[in-house]
Amino acid sequence: MFNFNIVSSWIHGLLTGVMPEWAAILIESIVVALVIITLYAIFAILLIYMERKICAFFQCRLGPMRVGPYGTIQVLSDVLKMMTKEVINLRQTDHFLHNMAPFLVVTASMVTFACLPWNAGAQIIDFNVGVFFFLAISSLGVVGILLAGWSSNNKYSLIGAMRSGAQIISYELSIGMTMLTMICLTGTMSFSEICAQQATEGWNIFRGHLPAVIAFLIYLVAGNAECNRGPFDLPESESELTAGYHTEYSGMHFGYYYLAEYLNLFICAGMASTIFLGGWAPLHIAGLDGFNMVMDYIPGAVWFIGKTFFVVFLLMWLRWTFPRLRIDQILSLEWKYLVPISMINLILMALIVSFGLHF
Amino acid sequence: MNNENNYIQGLFGGLKTLCIGLKTTMREFFTKKITEQYPENRGELQMFDRFRGSLTMPHNANNEHKCIACGLCQMACPNDTITVTSEFYEDEEGKKKKRLASYVYNLGSCMFCQLCVRACPHGAITFDQSFENAVFDRAKLVKTLNQPGSRVEEKKIVKKAPAAPAQPAAPAANA
Repeated sequence: MFNFNIVSSWIHGLLTGVMPEWAAILIESIVVALVIITLYAIFAILLIYMERKICAFFQCRLGPMRVGPYGTIQVLSDVLKMMTKEVINLRQTDHFLHNMAPFLVVTASMVTFACLPWNAGAQIIDFNVGVFFFLAISSLGVVGILLAGWSSNNKYSLIGAMRSGAQIISYELSIGMTMLTMICLTGTMSFSEICAQQATEGWNIFRGHLPAVIAFLIYLVAGNAECNRGPFDLPESESELTAGYHTEYSGMHFGYYYLAEYLNLFICAGMASTIFLGGWAPLHIAGLDGFNMVMDYIPGAVWFIGKTFFVVFLLMWLRWTFPRLRIDQILSLEWKYLVPISMINLILMALIVSFGLHF
Repeated sequence: MNNENNYIQGLFGGLKTLCIGLKTTMREFFTKKITEQYPENRGELQMFDRFRGSLTMPHNANNEHKCIACGLCQMACPNDTITVTSEFYEDEEGKKKKRLASYVYNLGSCMFCQLCVRACPHGAITFDQSFENAVFDRAKLVKTLNQPGSRVEEKKIVKKAPAAPAQPAAPAANA
């Protein structure tokens, strides 16, 4: 496999040749941040287009068809519209918090976006407790949502925000528990090592067989809830709360929530593909050396993005199939079903690992 | 123990119904899409049979329709959309008979309820599938449905069976 370290260390060498090291690192950081922000926007556009098409297909429609061939420019024009709209400051709101909330949400989602391992050696934020860092940063977003609901000075927004808070904090447990299950199998919390291990020993979902599959399913459900999507889109339930916590937002401030919602979907799917489906690790089948050789020629980034979009498709399939749950049903699903099952699953995984029953 | 059974059964039952839902949407994902790309596929677009475009009176090859000018459709219409005008004439045998003079249909006030088609005892009128009904002048919406020179389709004269005495048995059986 091609290791991206070769490129990054070559660039670093080139820069340190002409300038002091601190300047080189500063320039590299700025470039990496710009790349991340660009990718963030590109993936948001891709995901919104994908969501519209997939939603339409599940409902026996064609989706956007008019703007550009097969409606491909539809999302771009929507983005332009969003950027040119006025950001309205409402009189009774808490202006400082109201303006800060979308940035908190979008920052949390951008930092988690940077945790994804794109290729061998192409991780941006990567250290020995990467999984903990990911969990901590991803739950920062809920602060933004709560602030948005509170500062809007609107009871429906506040109800939406409180629901969102209750839901995200509850489902965080399941996410943490399933991640712990997989950490139990991998023995490391660094995303690069998790991926490298899967490249040599096979994908975790195959290595960990039964508990890994259960953990994957629980992760999908909890991840969907974490993104406020699918059957769990209570915080912005259109029919009862108009749009929940972002009712009072307009223009690009609303656009940030929109962006963050789709990118959280991508991040959630990306984490699923990193932890369960091998990240950038190609598909290897023991014994078929020719097949494995061919798979190695496909770049890691393509593997990662392909797997991520596969998981995104699964999540969209869930979203456009099931009707919305009530808030008490959501919480009882979490506390009475997912948490106990993931606890038992964790014990099962611990037993399997300690008796060496995994592959 | 019963509660635990309910919990387990509820869990697996729930999973099963979720899978049924997923299967249904996945099947829908691959079915032919219902959306019509209208102006582009104008040539080959086929509206479905039950679509109510505008009222028509089908004429056969001899320019004959089935309307006997009874006026039931006019009475059934809630909007006074239909105006049936009839006239009397004398046939070859010198009998006075009623026939359709003009059948005027105002598309502009029609609400496509199909009560007229239901009321017609002879199936003389029906809705077609045309839907491009927009015009610039309201007067163009008033249409005369019977074609010029058309006449009512003659019923095939069934000669009464000469075996009349056999007939009275039938009404008795019906009664």
